[in-house]
Formats: sequence, C-alpha cells, structure tokens
Amino acid sequence: MAEITRDDVAHLAQLARIEMSEAELDKMAGELAHIVDAVKSVSEAAGPDVPATSHPIPLSNVFREDVVGHVLTPAEALSGAPDADEDRFRVPAILDEE
Amino acid sequence: MAATDEILSFDEAMERFDPVLGFEVHVELNTKSKMFSSAPNVFGDDPNTNVNEVDLGMPGVLPVVNRAAVESSIKIGLALNCEIAESCRFARKNYFYPDTPKNFQTSQYDEPIAHDGWLDVELEDGTVFRVEIERAHMEEDAGKLTHMGGATGRIQGADYSLVDYNRAGVPLVEIVTKPIVGAGSRAPELARAYVSAVREIVKNLGVSDARMERGNVRCDANVSLMPKGADKFGTRSETKNVNSLRSVEHAVRFEIQRHAAVLASGGTVTQETRHWHEDTRTTTAGRPKSDADDYRYFPEPDLVPVVPSREWVEELRATLPEPPAERRKRLKEAWGYADAEFRDVVNAGVVEAIEETVAAGASPQAARKWWMGEIVGRAKTADVDPAELGVTPAAIVELNGLVEGGKLNNKMAGQVLDGVIAGEGTPTQVMEARGLVLVSDDRPLLEAIDAALAAQPDVADKIRGGKVQAVGAIVGGVMKATRGQADAGRVKELILERLGVSA
Repeated sequence: MAEITRDDVAHLAQLARIEMSEAELDKMAGELAHIVDAVKSVSEAAGPDVPATSHPIPLSNVFREDVVGHVLTPAEALSGAPDADEDRFRVPAILDEE
Repeated sequence: MAATDEILSFDEAMERFDPVLGFEVHVELNTKSKMFSSAPNVFGDDPNTNVNEVDLGMPGVLPVVNRAAVESSIKIGLALNCEIAESCRFARKNYFYPDTPKNFQTSQYDEPIAHDGWLDVELEDGTVFRVEIERAHMEEDAGKLTHMGGATGRIQGADYSLVDYNRAGVPLVEIVTKPIVGAGSRAPELARAYVSAVREIVKNLGVSDARMERGNVRCDANVSLMPKGADKFGTRSETKNVNSLRSVEHAVRFEIQRHAAVLASGGTVTQETRHWHEDTRTTTAGRPKSDADDYRYFPEPDLVPVVPSREWVEELRATLPEPPAERRKRLKEAWGYADAEFRDVVNAGVVEAIEETVAAGASPQAARKWWMGEIVGRAKTADVDPAELGVTPAAIVELNGLVEGGKLNNKMAGQVLDGVIAGEGTPTQVMEARGLVLVSDDRPLLEAIDAALAAQPDVADKIRGGKVQAVGAIVGGVMKATRGQADAGRVKELILERLGVSA
C-alpha cells in the first residue's frame, strides 16, 4: 500500500489552502493511500513500451492567428469581483513575491 | 526587517572568492494579442480594458496558443543558438497569488521549446565571454498589483492591493542560463553585458519592444560564491526583477559583497529571493526558498503539444536578421576603424547613423568625423539621442561635399550644421541664407592682402627679405578683414606671389 503520512496531507492541504482539522488529517492520510493505490493499477496496464501521454487525443499544433478579438469592458470584467476600486480588483494585501 | 547587511569590499571579496552567476531573463513579446487569448497586448492602457474571460481564468474557457508567439519564441531560441524541441508541452505552475486569477501560470516545465544554446557576450574592452543557455521556454505574464496604503507603494505596510489584469496573459519567453563560472571580478560587468546582449537580440529580431523601463525585459540575477579554487558551488540568492542594465550590474556587485561578508565571518548564506532597491543600491531579504516552491507542475490539459516541424524551424531560421555582434564586426572591418574608434562609435550609439551616411555616399572616415566630431557633442548638449537631432545622412553628405569642394571651411561648416539642426533647410540653403561663403574669388582677397601689406610694411619687408614665416601676421590680417571666410592656405599663396617670394 502507498504510504501517505499525516505530514504529507498537512503539506498538501497547506499548498491547496484547505484548512483541515487533526481528525481530518488522520482520516485523509488513510484514504489518500487507498486512492493512490487505485490509480496505481493503471501502471500495471501500461508497460514501459507505452509512452507517457498528457492528452487522450493525438492532436498537436492547435494555434490561433495573432489577431485581436473579444475584450470585456472593465465593468464586465469586475462584475463578479468581491471588491473593486478604481476599475481594478481589490484584494487583501498578501505578503509574498511582488 | 533585518538591519542593513554587512558587506565586504569588492576587492577583498574577489581576493577570497569566485562568483558563480545565473540569469533568468523574461522577455515580453510584442504580439498583437495575448499568449492564449485574443485580448490585445498593449502597454499603458486603462486598467482591465485589455482582458477577456480567458485572461480572468473564468470557468469553462479554453485557451488557444498564439501562433506568432510560438514563432517569436523559436526565433529567440535560434538566435541564442539553441536546439528547438521536436515536441514540447505547456504545464501548469500552481500557486496562489492575486497576480494570476487562475491560481496557476501557464508555463513550460520539463519540455521547453528551446534548449542548450549559447551567447557570446562582448565586454567593454572587447573581451568575449561565452554564456551557456540552459533553456528558453514560453509562458504568460501575470497581472500587475499596486499596493495601497503603504508608505511607498511597496507591500510592506500596505492595507490592500489593486489588481490590473491587462498584463495577465501577455506572451513571455524566459531565458535561463547555465551556471556562469570564471567571470571573476568582471562578474558585475558581465551581468550587464549579458542582459544588454539579450535585449539587443530580441530587439533586433523584432519580437519584443525590449524597453526595460516598461518591463519588456526583466532580469532575475542568481549569485553565489565559492572559495577561490573550489569547484563546489555555494548557496545562491536570487535577486528578483532587476530591471535596468545599470541595476543588474549593481545588484550582482552588491550580492557578491554581501555573500562575501557572510562567508568571511563564518556564516552561511541563506537560499532566498532578494529584492533590489535602486535608491540605496542594496538588496533586502525576500522569501526563503522552501517547500513553498512546490509548484506541482503538471501538463496543461487544455493545450495540446506544440510540435515544430523541422521545415517550419528552417523557414524561421531563414528570416533571422544578421546577429548584432556579427553586424558590428562586419561594419568595423568594412569601415576600417581602429578598435577604440569603433568602440566609441558603438558607445555613442551612432553605428546605424554612420551606416546610413556611408550608404548615402560619404566615406566611412567622413561619416565618423561628422557624427563623432560634430553631432554627438551637440546631441549631448541638447540631451537627446544623436539621431533625434534631425540631421539626415543626405545632409551630411552634402555638407561634407561643400567642405571638400572648398566652399566652406570647418568652422563655417559647424555653423551650417547648427542651421540644419535649427531647421533652416539643407546645408546649401543654410549656407546661402547665412551668407557663409568661403571667399575663393581672388579679387576681394587681393584687395584685403594689399590692405594688410600696406598696414604692416615692416612685416612685408621681412617676408621680401626671406623671412617667410612672418607671413602669418599678414594672413591673420586678411582673415580678420574677411571675417574668417577666406581659405587661409590660398591667402598665404597669394601673399607670397604678391611679394615675389617662393614658399
């Protein structure tokens, strides 16, 4: 069985900005291990001779021409914003990279 | 915030340590539309006027890759002597920060479009330093945050931030070098020269406006030190967003001095990002590198692989302009300038002007004389670029012709040039309008000579007696009488002829 520790879950939860209780961390550690095992069965079907793929359909080079098209108005763009000011989205100050 | 960092003098740092550099240069492409959406890619518009649903990361949208952005990226790869990937994918770089409303940046991870290249960088004294390029990959720019309520618009002390997504989705190419060793005390200079060379290349390719003051070219500079003679790299810092050539040089220099002080006192350098402050020319600690850097890249499911055919790559290669460094080498040889002469011309920013002037019919020497001797100085006085003075190559050719044809002397030509710059017309028009005509008709000259001889009979006698060098006093009198508009050489000949003396 795959080993998913409680710390792994806590780390993932932090990266995903999900608040989890101690009990939830314990529970999820066990459940995630089962999920990983379930997904692992795929690797039994696909041997080393099957190339890794990221898309189910063999498509490549889907491009658009460099032509300006549709834009929203600032009012439309901001219509779903929880908060806005001076035609811009207003967000809490977050201490991180600029 | 920590107190000001200790630094060691640069010379002492260099005595004890070898610097290792690395650069990540972000180049904004000047496509008409964005990387994955058809919203306009325009700088300086009102906030949130150049966005659509894709840029805002709304549910259910489908990004589509801009073909022109891929072509520009391939051109950059080729100009940096890179291999172009046979196939490459986009990947999601996951992080939470309001500059990207999607909570991920669409980038490339393990499959960059270009990899394993190099760039020869010329330092000011002509030394060439080869910088190895690890990769160049495609991605999108993020939105712009303005921190409000803080004292200086910085994040520290800000109450809230306002976000403009006009820049979100603008196509970017990130160029990453391999570790650069062996630059020694020239590391700061090399840093500047490298970023300058990249900027020149993308500008020359026409794929970016390359205006650093607008953030079209941005540099993250990695610096680490190792004890002299060691080969194991030290811990590096990454100074983010150093956005002028001058700051790149200063930031690298400062970080070398800061690292050296830490290491010399027995400490360890923290692996972290640093923020550059132009006002104090120092860096301050940013975020430590940690598992916060766990970006959980995975292949972008909404975009299919980019598979540049070899025919397409070769087609693009055929459109590449002559590389700037090779062009300079070719022109230097063609013009026959000495190293120092050519370097001055490059530093004065008049290579193109001289090239055009030569093409218009001037000799390389004459073109250099006018641009370097006359125009550059006037541009400096007016605080503009030489090309902005409005002197056309044709005007220079005409002016030079007037001097060589004996119609103007150098002093008068300078006055004519002033008139051309002032918008008074072509050199001939200025010359006529200002009455600047070199007196070449001998009659008025002879009158002036006779008058000068009559005014200084004793000098005339000396010359008749064989003291030819005394002729200067008479020449001076004639030049004064003609307000400098006589050809001094011709005046001398005429005086000697008049007095029956051979030179």
